[in-house]
Amino acid sequence: MANYYSDIPEIKFELENSPLMQRIVELKERDFADKDQYDEAPQDVADAMDSYDKVLDVVGDIVGNIVAPNAEAVDAEGPHCENGRVRYAEKTYENLDAMNKAGLNGMTMPRRYGGLNLPVTVYTAANEIVSAGDAGFENIWSLQDCIETLYCFGNEEQRQKYIPRVCKGETMSMDLTEPDAGSDLQSVMLKATYDEENQCWRLNGSKRFITNGDSDIHLVLARSEAGTRDGRGLSMFIYDKRDGGVDVRRIENKLGIHGSPTCELVYKNAKCELCGDRKLGLIKYVMSLMNGARLGIAAQSVGLSQAAYNEAIAYARDRRQFGKAIIEFPAVAEMISNIKARLDAGRALLYQTARYVDIYKALEDIARDRKLEPEERQELKKYSRLADAFTPLAKGMNSEYANQNGYDCIQVHGGSGFMLEYACQRIYRDARITSIYEGTTQLQTVAAIRYVTTGLYSQVIEEMEQQAVLPEYEGYLTRLKAMAQKFNACIAQVKEAQDNDLHDLCARHLYEMAGDIIMSHLLMQNAVKCPDLFAKSLQVYVNLAEAEVEKHSTWVSQMTVAQLDSYRQA
Amino acid sequence: MELKIVVLAKQVPDTRNVGPDAMTPEGTVNRSALPAIFNPEDLNALEQALRLKDEFLGTTVHVLTMGPGRAAEVIREAMYRGADGGYLLTDRAFAGADTLATSYALATAIKHVCPQVDLIIGGRQAIDGDTAQVGPQVAEKLGLNQVTYTEEILSVKDGKITVVRHIDGGVETVESALPLVLTVNGSAAPCRPRNVKRVMKFKRALAPLELPQGQTYEDLPYADQYGKKQYLRIQQLTTADVNADLQQCGLAGSPTKVKAVENIVFKAKESKVLTGSDEDINGLVQELLASHTIG
Repeated sequence: MANYYSDIPEIKFELENSPLMQRIVELKERDFADKDQYDEAPQDVADAMDSYDKVLDVVGDIVGNIVAPNAEAVDAEGPHCENGRVRYAEKTYENLDAMNKAGLNGMTMPRRYGGLNLPVTVYTAANEIVSAGDAGFENIWSLQDCIETLYCFGNEEQRQKYIPRVCKGETMSMDLTEPDAGSDLQSVMLKATYDEENQCWRLNGSKRFITNGDSDIHLVLARSEAGTRDGRGLSMFIYDKRDGGVDVRRIENKLGIHGSPTCELVYKNAKCELCGDRKLGLIKYVMSLMNGARLGIAAQSVGLSQAAYNEAIAYARDRRQFGKAIIEFPAVAEMISNIKARLDAGRALLYQTARYVDIYKALEDIARDRKLEPEERQELKKYSRLADAFTPLAKGMNSEYANQNGYDCIQVHGGSGFMLEYACQRIYRDARITSIYEGTTQLQTVAAIRYVTTGLYSQVIEEMEQQAVLPEYEGYLTRLKAMAQKFNACIAQVKEAQDNDLHDLCARHLYEMAGDIIMSHLLMQNAVKCPDLFAKSLQVYVNLAEAEVEKHSTWVSQMTVAQLDSYRQA
Repeated sequence: MELKIVVLAKQVPDTRNVGPDAMTPEGTVNRSALPAIFNPEDLNALEQALRLKDEFLGTTVHVLTMGPGRAAEVIREAMYRGADGGYLLTDRAFAGADTLATSYALATAIKHVCPQVDLIIGGRQAIDGDTAQVGPQVAEKLGLNQVTYTEEILSVKDGKITVVRHIDGGVETVESALPLVLTVNGSAAPCRPRNVKRVMKFKRALAPLELPQGQTYEDLPYADQYGKKQYLRIQQLTTADVNADLQQCGLAGSPTKVKAVENIVFKAKESKVLTGSDEDINGLVQELLASHTIG
């Protein structure tokens, strides 16, 4: 009876061992205002923490006993496109049915709409757990997160109409990408026109690469301002499948995440509702939507890394060559140690990010009902900035790690890993998309680089250096301080060059250095609290991170404007 | 139509995940070495009950279990999945019961807590005893019809129930008047998962026997909740509460006596290969008749 939550104590540790958690619960529960109104609402912080643990135990149980065992069949069958509709793989319905009966939808929504009012941090844990069982199914299930955007920017009538439906298990999609608008969403051309006669908006055109494109409730980015060509002419719309008018033309044939239908959609005069204000579709709402989705992909990536670790270690213990289990060989054990170290470090970054998101989102929500006190406004500003800085770091670094871990997991399996009968090949294929969708790693770098150059990451690192460590970790601290010095020297050098192309070329290197150092500190803080779980990973990760920082530092410090021409491939 | 349903459930040692300490040297089950779980086929039974509750508004599902204080875990687990509540039948006088005494206790309790019961549903058998006797004996004691090996309930209407049951080599569809006792097969639909809102709602539910020694609900953390929410107090029933005849309870009411327990190790030389020819079959029947194994 596998349980993908209780079998992995690191997840529970991440939930319970942050000083921010108490504050998150207090903000999210608004001083426990729901406790007399809803039977399931917590009475105090300890009660809430206990409930989170129990909720995740249910998630881990369903994933261990239904979702994970179904993953192979779902991957093999994939979804079908029939008469303009999507029919999921047979076992996907079994997964969805279990999640719905368990009530695991609308997880972060307020109770008054039927939600569970859970912090983003807890939802993130659930996301990670589902992904470890089946990353393709996680895609469909976790699109429930789109409801956050509708909750934040929709009007009260729309909230009351749609949120309870999502809480009961109706699925969602975000219809953004088009054939000529991928990373560059400003080029979206799907036309939204106002139908004066019927007093509603209508959508015409097509969309491409839409995950779960036949969902019940769509958030659609469309051009409402005729004649415009940039992001300022785009608005966000809600399309309700019950109204009809959107068909699935085809489903993509993909390398991985087969369980998740990626659709090409055709809008034929589809009735829809405007969400929020006109012209703010891309510049405000999609940015919010994407931030949530990026945290989701970070969680999906960590889940995949956990799955890669599970498969690698199980195989290496079992497989015997030269008279002993292959895990006994240092070359194999190193690969597994590295997987585990990247997993633990990446997970620490994931949850730190989720906590920052929780605090600022909860404060934003409070601000909808009352004016914030000056210190609350300060707090909101601080954590919203940290969340913005950490989200692209968590997404980019964890998705690259998931790829590396999937690769190493196959390598541990040797020739058997290349055959399709082991789960490692599915993990490897599923991981590949994580560093592409919701913004490629290159775009995560673009989002993060301003926090490198403004010194926010350096400041965060400096504060982390002040935290207490065990005497035996002083050596790590010295090494981490030296890494930070190299990082800061590289930033100074790139700034000094005052060349945009050189800046852009070095960005990825600086971004990774920031990630390596911050994750080392977070992992060290974990190891201070619980050496049993993290001491080994800390040792392995600092070795890895130090070598990475050295590599990037060498690369950046020898880079000059004169070399740029060799990097131009036009 | 509002149905009153009682689900019979048992907490059992998890004999499917047996470790090296599973048996005592005396050959009995070492209960402390095995995790206690909801008997698997009782979960299939609970699912059948909950489906009727989904279909017929106002239907109530209560779980009845006999056992020590910790068996209340089965009741909580059922509430997490959708049951309205449950009763823990517990008394030292119930201890040592065989299937006959257990059936007597359960039947007596049902008469007491739910005299107007429409359906009593239990698993086919428990994984610790494997007798499949309790369900049918409860039906006999209550004078009710019974359908065993249930795969699925097809319909309930006009006081009648239609059930698909498993038989050798296939299934058959049978109809019966209510009230009725059903026992459900492990191949029936699996039980739905725990619902997280219900988990949060019922997580503090306790039977009196589960409270720390000498404490009452008023001494517990969140004591006010036990005052406000009666569903957090799992009802407990003793022999006196259900007017049970002590002579028919527990060891006193159990004609089954375990004389000895032996470890049986099958050896290859004890096996015999039969071809399925008329001669071989005839020979086997003669041998079994001679040893009084059949006949």
